[in-house]
Amino acid sequence: MIKNGTRLKSQVCDTQVIVVKTAASLDDLRCGGQPMLPLDAERPADAAPEATFSDGSTMGKRYVDDGGAEVLVTKAGVGSLSVGTTPLVVKEAKPLPASD
Amino acid sequence: MSISLLLEMAASDGPDRVAIVDGDIRLTTEGLSALADGGAGLITASGASHVVYVGTGGVLLPLLLFSSARANTAFTPLNYRLSPDGLRQLIDRLPDPLIVVDLEYRDVVAGFGERLMTSDEFIEVARSTEPVSAFADPDDVAVVLFTSGTTSRPKAVELTHNNLTSYITGTVEFGSADTADAALVCVPPYHIAGVGAALSNLYAGRAIVYLRQFNPHQWVRLVRDERVTTATVVPTMLSRIVAVLEAQSADLPTLRNVAYGGSKVARPLVRRALDLLPGVGFVNAYGLTETSSTIAILTPEDHRLAHEARDGAVARRLTSVGRPVPDIEVQIRAEDGALLGPGATGELFVRGPQVSGRYAEIGSVLDAQGWFPTKDLAMLDAEGYLFIGGRSDDTIIRGGENIAPSEIEDVLVEHPDVREVVVVGLANPEWGQIIVAVIVLETGAVLAPEELREFARSQLRGSRTPDRIVFREELPTTPTGKVLRREILENLTPAAAEH
Repeated sequence: MIKNGTRLKSQVCDTQVIVVKTAASLDDLRCGGQPMLPLDAERPADAAPEATFSDGSTMGKRYVDDGGAEVLVTKAGVGSLSVGTTPLVVKEAKPLPASD
Repeated sequence: MSISLLLEMAASDGPDRVAIVDGDIRLTTEGLSALADGGAGLITASGASHVVYVGTGGVLLPLLLFSSARANTAFTPLNYRLSPDGLRQLIDRLPDPLIVVDLEYRDVVAGFGERLMTSDEFIEVARSTEPVSAFADPDDVAVVLFTSGTTSRPKAVELTHNNLTSYITGTVEFGSADTADAALVCVPPYHIAGVGAALSNLYAGRAIVYLRQFNPHQWVRLVRDERVTTATVVPTMLSRIVAVLEAQSADLPTLRNVAYGGSKVARPLVRRALDLLPGVGFVNAYGLTETSSTIAILTPEDHRLAHEARDGAVARRLTSVGRPVPDIEVQIRAEDGALLGPGATGELFVRGPQVSGRYAEIGSVLDAQGWFPTKDLAMLDAEGYLFIGGRSDDTIIRGGENIAPSEIEDVLVEHPDVREVVVVGLANPEWGQIIVAVIVLETGAVLAPEELREFARSQLRGSRTPDRIVFREELPTTPTGKVLRREILENLTPAAAEH
């Protein structure tokens, strides 16, 4: 299973994520419909996101699946995140007032 | 996840945004990031296994925090007010440290280690050192903070990258601050709130304005000059700020939010502050070093409702620390470990990814299910609001009855002539312990002990009425306003100062 703290990047856009809470589902983590790569991997030159996975990822948002997995977007891109073909959803947080 | 990534994200999202204002120094997020890269190079080249900072903070705190993270070396800011002996004892407990010291404290730590440089030297060398950015495992220790040691030898709390980043990503929305937002930070660098502030404001996209040594007049001036929108203070600071604002104008047009915490705050002070600054949202933040800062928050809305209610359960929430933050679970347990329901007082246990509960030289004190014993007495009300009743070590046992000092303190501090009060248990052959209330009166006030005892008796059970009232000019506290109960007790001889 992929380790917490692992950083991944999209092969089809600028998206980068870090694994906050791992789960077996993340073995099939995709961005823009394509499997995500280790941060230091080469990105294919001609790759583009699939039309159904091109809603984009948002900087600083946490994305979750229904199996407890959580990733944080550390760089935004035009591809959207999914596990297999199931899109990840943004974890909605109630805004807290600044406390320190 | 490494705390270094928090800075990386801030710098990539808004490289030109002002991150730090410290006197004449202004750094953008990109500027801070570049300097931290060089600082990491310097630390790596030094061969040190730990980075220690002795100084008043400001830009040095985030700079050393992130430089150390990028060198994958643990970082410890120390209390610069400690004696040379006190500092030496702490530094000797840290492995092969690089000591960075503000010029004014250089003589205090002279000879403490092979690697010693001033803060100015660190910045200068960092500017011209090849950048380094090492990989930190999420479970590596990022920060070691010593507890204030009000009751025992200071303990070295280990906070991992995962503890700190869990706290930030769980409580702060990335980039959620407005571009004009600025946070005034005057808590000292060695306090968990100082570490928390450096991380959370950067992540929220809020500039940090540092006031290195607290002074209420300068605080008010900085809020006006730097158009400060949020601020964090400990209760003693809040009390002094309120006094200054009452004496002059309370006009602070940009200020929207003031968070207070770090020690218990008296309800009359909160009421004064709310009346004085009706446009400001107040936040009571409760947390411990071991929990990577805040674990419960009483929000501005909670304050407003409690202030308007005037009595009943809602009004009482003005002395509550609010409700737990999202990823924190809480339990109240009896002495035998049994789980207690709403309204019952017991020891507070907490669990969550931001909770360390781990000390150098001791190891983890979490139980098998990951719960951390806070040693704080607490109670949850029916709506889940948390009330903190002081340290369990401070519990007075009088004639077999357990009495939380805070229960009596909360009553006495409402007397108009009482400015501050601490209640302690003094050894006594007949009762085991007797209740002594140590009182600081308002300026010019005259109050007979019997009058105050009567005031207490009217609102508390007889066995909770102080056996003895003692007056003092002031109470001994740590620099962050924690009352030194042990010192108060030591100065109470059985026969002396009796009333």
